[in-house]
Amino acid sequence: MEKKYFYTEAMTVGYQGVPLIHNIKIHISRGEILTMIGPNGAGKSTILKSIARQLNLLGGMVYLDNRDLTKMPGNELAQKMAVVFTERIRSEMMTCEDIVATGRYPYTGKFGILSKADRKVIAEAMEMVHMTELRNQDFMKISDGQRQRVMLARAICQEPEIILLDEPTSYLDVKYKLEFMTILQEMTRTKKLSVIMSLHELDLAERISDRILCVHENYVEKFGPPEEIFVPGYISHLFEMTAGSFEEGSGLVELEAPQGAPEVFVIAGAGTGRSIFRRLQRKGIPFAVGILYENDLDYPTAKALAVKVLSAGPFEAISEEQIKSAKDWMDQCPEVICCRDSFGVWDQANARLSEYAKQCGKLKVYP
Amino acid sequence: MAEKRCGGMGADDGNRQRSIRYILSFGILFALLLLFLVWNIRVGSVSVSYDEIIRSLLGQEIGETAANILWRIRMPRALAAAILGGALALSGYLLQTFFHNPIAGPFVLGISSGAKLTVALVMVFSLGNAFRASSGMMIIAAFVGAMLSMGFVLLMSRKVQRMSMLIISGVMIGYICSAITDLIVTFANDADIVNLHNWSKGSFSGITWENVAVMTLVVGVVFVIVFFMSKPISAYQMGEAYAQNMGIHIRLFRAALVVLSSILSACITAFAGPVSFVGIAVPHLVKNLFRTSKPILMIPACFLGGGVFCLFCDLIARTLFAPTELSISTVTAVFGAPVVILIMICRQKEKM
Repeated sequence: MEKKYFYTEAMTVGYQGVPLIHNIKIHISRGEILTMIGPNGAGKSTILKSIARQLNLLGGMVYLDNRDLTKMPGNELAQKMAVVFTERIRSEMMTCEDIVATGRYPYTGKFGILSKADRKVIAEAMEMVHMTELRNQDFMKISDGQRQRVMLARAICQEPEIILLDEPTSYLDVKYKLEFMTILQEMTRTKKLSVIMSLHELDLAERISDRILCVHENYVEKFGPPEEIFVPGYISHLFEMTAGSFEEGSGLVELEAPQGAPEVFVIAGAGTGRSIFRRLQRKGIPFAVGILYENDLDYPTAKALAVKVLSAGPFEAISEEQIKSAKDWMDQCPEVICCRDSFGVWDQANARLSEYAKQCGKLKVYP
Repeated sequence: MAEKRCGGMGADDGNRQRSIRYILSFGILFALLLLFLVWNIRVGSVSVSYDEIIRSLLGQEIGETAANILWRIRMPRALAAAILGGALALSGYLLQTFFHNPIAGPFVLGISSGAKLTVALVMVFSLGNAFRASSGMMIIAAFVGAMLSMGFVLLMSRKVQRMSMLIISGVMIGYICSAITDLIVTFANDADIVNLHNWSKGSFSGITWENVAVMTLVVGVVFVIVFFMSKPISAYQMGEAYAQNMGIHIRLFRAALVVLSSILSACITAFAGPVSFVGIAVPHLVKNLFRTSKPILMIPACFLGGGVFCLFCDLIARTLFAPTELSISTVTAVFGAPVVILIMICRQKEKM
């Protein structure tokens, strides 16, 4: 196996000599992103802090660029590794630019005077996170989201080869979340930056990560590319979810499905049903759905929320037997909602169900 | 496009404005220092004219009384006020950096009082055994006391998370040490104890040239070391985690801050007794004057500011109710304590 840029061997981490997670084995190459996911308190931050040398390793080795990370001189490590932590910093009379400029520390001389070249790097870093207009504002007087971007700019102007981020997107709205991730991705491509971070947004984690580390209650459960992690049912298991569900295919969450005998039968398809399913869920009405193709847009939501989903395989013909079964379920329900206003050539089964509901006098057309 | 250019120019203008502000601020501090130095030397129960001061400085003869007052009493006293004031402000600045707390200072944390206690012990012991404690001995005694108090504060800081609790425990240590000191002073039965009594309340009186030489040496060395530490201090301002990432040896750095600030407070206590609030008020005022907290500017500025503040306060202490002299802490508290209250109000606002 080729030597990776960053890898650990049997790393054991913990606080004050008490091991929390044993035997961690992870690796990334330059330009790759590794994301840690897992429940709160599982030890993601502990791993990050140990890699950043804030905590002493309790066992094993960490290698950066083929060198023992624990033995690297401080200033050299500072030129290779930048960090963005969750801890809030209190500054006094420091502008955002001052904060960003602290990232140049490992490059400046004895007194930390900034050169022209330093100033250029700082300006570029601020431009990159779109905060140039904030440069003269007091760091304490901007929003949490802005602060997070300032901290990223600070890390960028450290010109690291690897960057550690602890839940970097916590305070960011969706726009800045995507922007933040885009910046990281850009830097992995243009500067071969390696990224190790923890994320709570599973959808983002799945999309951006080259590798994912699953930390489950003080042990590492899985490490691999996202397609190996986001397999049906795994996320619910990892987080020991007791209510609602996570759909690994789309990265969507749904709330807990209403239980009991179905009171409404929903004829949906082609994405027309999702909003109805959720509306029924909000009112706590159990419902059945049919007949959906398993590749339909409505299928994941129906699967998560309905008591019963009558489905047919992708692009398969719907059999008489399946229609019969759907009618049986419909008979049990006092009400039928049809979300469709027209049915395609290959969807005559649902047209017939809709007709049947009309005959029974149960049909409500939505909207 | 036009906007961008505008922004760029604004930034340059901002930098230039900042530089001008820094230069002006240093100018103001130097001017005030000079003003109060001269004023302190000139004013008193016997007034000395500017003409006489200049002539005396140039080595020409002036009246013997005037020369005596000038060279024996006022000059060493004014210089001591300037140097010790600077040391006190710097010590406060270091402690504020260390605890990430704007109201930390040698006085509120009980460090001055700890130093006071050990110095009083040494003084009484030396009086009882009929020898005079030298400046160096006093400083060492004060340093031991300061470190003892500091050790206790550090222990407390591990137990209590809240900064306000830390300050309260510091104040309590201060009271305990002061009480013991008072006890010692009260029961030490000697005529010379009057001097000790004055000293234990804080005063710049009775400073000799030998004292000035020793304090200049000690404070000067510490100042240079602290100035060379301005870069790691700037990183430490961002919090320990980031400082560590910048390659700073956190334990070593913290130990250095503790030792240096203790030496400074010890030096002050050894010569002038406990002086209150300068360590908190001056760094805060100076920060507001400069509108920055960059250590490389703050370290010399705090030093100058502390000198100015103490010269000003000593002037008032000497002259307000002359010939009765006020203790220096009385005056520094009047001007310093409101600043502390102001800081706390501002902090509260910020949180909301």
